[in-house]
Amino acid sequence: MSALAMTGGGRMLRRSGGRQAFIEKLNGMAFCLPATILLLVTCLVPLCVLVIISFTRYELGDLDIRFVGLANFSKALGDPVFRRSLFNTLLYMAIVLPGSVILGLLVAVLVHGRKRTRPFYEIVYFLPVTSTLIAMATVWQFLLHPKIGPINAFLQLVGLPQHAFLSDPALALPTLAVVGMWQLIGFNMVLFLAGLSAIPRDLYEAAEVDGCASAVDRFLTITWPLLGPTMMFVIVTTSITAFKIFDTVAVMTRGGPMGSSEVLLYAVYLEGFQYFHTAYAAALTVIFLAFIVVFAVIQTFVLERRVHY
Amino acid sequence: MARVELRSITKSFGSVPVLAGIDLDIADGEFLTLVGASGCGKSTLVRIIAGLEPQTSGTVAIDGHPIDHLRPHERRVAMVFQSYALYPHMTVGANIGLPLTMQRLSLWERLPLVKHLSPRRRGVMRGIESEVRAVASQLQIEPLLARKPAQLSGGQRQRVALGRSMVRHPAAFLMDEPLSNLDAKLRVHMRTELAELHARLKTTFIYVTHDQVEAMTMSDRVAMMDAGAILQLGTPTELYARPATVKVAQFIGSPSINLLPAAVRADGTIDVLGHRVPLRTALAEGAAVTLGLRPEAIAPRGEVPLQPGQVALPAAMRRAENLGSEYILHFDVAGHAHPLICRVPADHELGESGNVDLVFDAAACHLFDAGGARVEPVDGARGERRSRVPLYLGTGAAAQ
Repeated sequence: MSALAMTGGGRMLRRSGGRQAFIEKLNGMAFCLPATILLLVTCLVPLCVLVIISFTRYELGDLDIRFVGLANFSKALGDPVFRRSLFNTLLYMAIVLPGSVILGLLVAVLVHGRKRTRPFYEIVYFLPVTSTLIAMATVWQFLLHPKIGPINAFLQLVGLPQHAFLSDPALALPTLAVVGMWQLIGFNMVLFLAGLSAIPRDLYEAAEVDGCASAVDRFLTITWPLLGPTMMFVIVTTSITAFKIFDTVAVMTRGGPMGSSEVLLYAVYLEGFQYFHTAYAAALTVIFLAFIVVFAVIQTFVLERRVHY
Repeated sequence: MARVELRSITKSFGSVPVLAGIDLDIADGEFLTLVGASGCGKSTLVRIIAGLEPQTSGTVAIDGHPIDHLRPHERRVAMVFQSYALYPHMTVGANIGLPLTMQRLSLWERLPLVKHLSPRRRGVMRGIESEVRAVASQLQIEPLLARKPAQLSGGQRQRVALGRSMVRHPAAFLMDEPLSNLDAKLRVHMRTELAELHARLKTTFIYVTHDQVEAMTMSDRVAMMDAGAILQLGTPTELYARPATVKVAQFIGSPSINLLPAAVRADGTIDVLGHRVPLRTALAEGAAVTLGLRPEAIAPRGEVPLQPGQVALPAAMRRAENLGSEYILHFDVAGHAHPLICRVPADHELGESGNVDLVFDAAACHLFDAGGARVEPVDGARGERRSRVPLYLGTGAAAQ
């Protein structure tokens, strides 16, 4: 082949290559389009609207929109209901997060050791996850009922004092936290089980030969460090889920008694859909989202770097 | 230093028998290789010795003391796994040092944060560190001590695994296919290193492999296993020169042995593909036997006349593989479906014509009966050609 033909071919190639690349780009964009539109319509645009509304004093039914800057946010900072809600939410999280992570891990380790009965335990512990929390909250309400609830009947049977779990301000939030843990343990267990299955059996055998005689030794030498990535994921998802607590509050306590179980999302719900303070509710939602973003950022930048090997 | 004794070890997984009564004595400082195809039970046997798998019945003893009731770490054995089983979250140094850390520090001295409260911990760790360093320098991995296993090459990981097993000076090393995950070149290199390591440590090595070359090149003795039983136990030379069964003959040696169907003639000699092989057996006339011929026992005949005791088979050359130092020749023989493989030195003159006579010495033949067991030729037949017995046949002691 002559040099001329070669350069000619090269030019043609380049030209067709350019067209090829263009078509490929178009194709790519076409494939991205549906997801992009969905993301815009269902997430990004509502989010923008939300942020805009949070800077106004709009209330449902208003005809005009007046911007008030950060007034809603400063009002929130001084609002005792919001401050109590935020404190309660964080307190709830502080109970649920360690509780459901540690118990979930414990259950996972125990279930992982079973052979024949493993599917049974997996299903039993996972059932709460599959059930509707609203419906389950009603069941819990019955279980915890001071007069007809079986839990108080049991307490009486074993000679312990009875409690009005949901109407005692000191007990309402911890009780809700227990229900929240009950639901999350199964989910965390499944995540931990996946993490445990990914640890090669060889490592446990090597550890056994190397002198890790007890289960505690093997857990501390192998399981705990190698579950790092799973642990991080579980902690982040659990904190987000716990932070989003709403359904059990709405069904079981409605924020009471005496505001002792008021939480962030329930406050947003009341402001937005009961009192129709739409703009204030929007501002509270922005604050709520800011917390979620913080959790996500912690996941991406802090934990992710430390747990991988 | 340890003598390892296995007494009628059996093992079944559910109803599946894996080991059928293994008896084995491994001498102190010996390099014993368990070799066999996958699924023959060799890994299970070594895991039973390590204590990772309980035997169904039988006894494992080290230096005369049964160790069946002991946990793996109490058995004074170290194990190297095929996957290396390095702890991915620990540095190389911590990996190698772990057996010592477990030995010398109590549980609370190993707990995160709490461990710093122990006054003696720092001293112990310093001691461990220097021992780790000594082992690492023996294996030439000292510069890698601060790295994580993920940052190492296959060969380096292999050394770390070795280091971890060496650091606590075990009575015996158990190695479960430690070289299988390495590339061919590195495997050859590590073979030499392992053999040298054994020579230096003078500790008992029990080595599991499916690679007959590893078994042949490193071992003092080889136990060839099949279907949960030891087919033959002996030195590599014994296994090669006097294979106890057809399976051993086929497994040991590369290229593998040529097997030809044969029968016993009326005069007690052997008929192979219509040719008389002057080998006398005690088997009955007409009994079916298998004749085994190592590739180097056959050669195309040049101009030399046939010697007494030699047999010539007319054959056609199919192909020749040049290995540089030698040729592997493939011949088609009339009446036999598989090609006959023959190994000749590189300076061998390959004739132009495809048709040649393949010549072999009757004394170089291995005979196996219909059940696959080795059949020794009776004396009369041997007497004819005692002078022609190849050297390697003379070195083998009686195989077990």
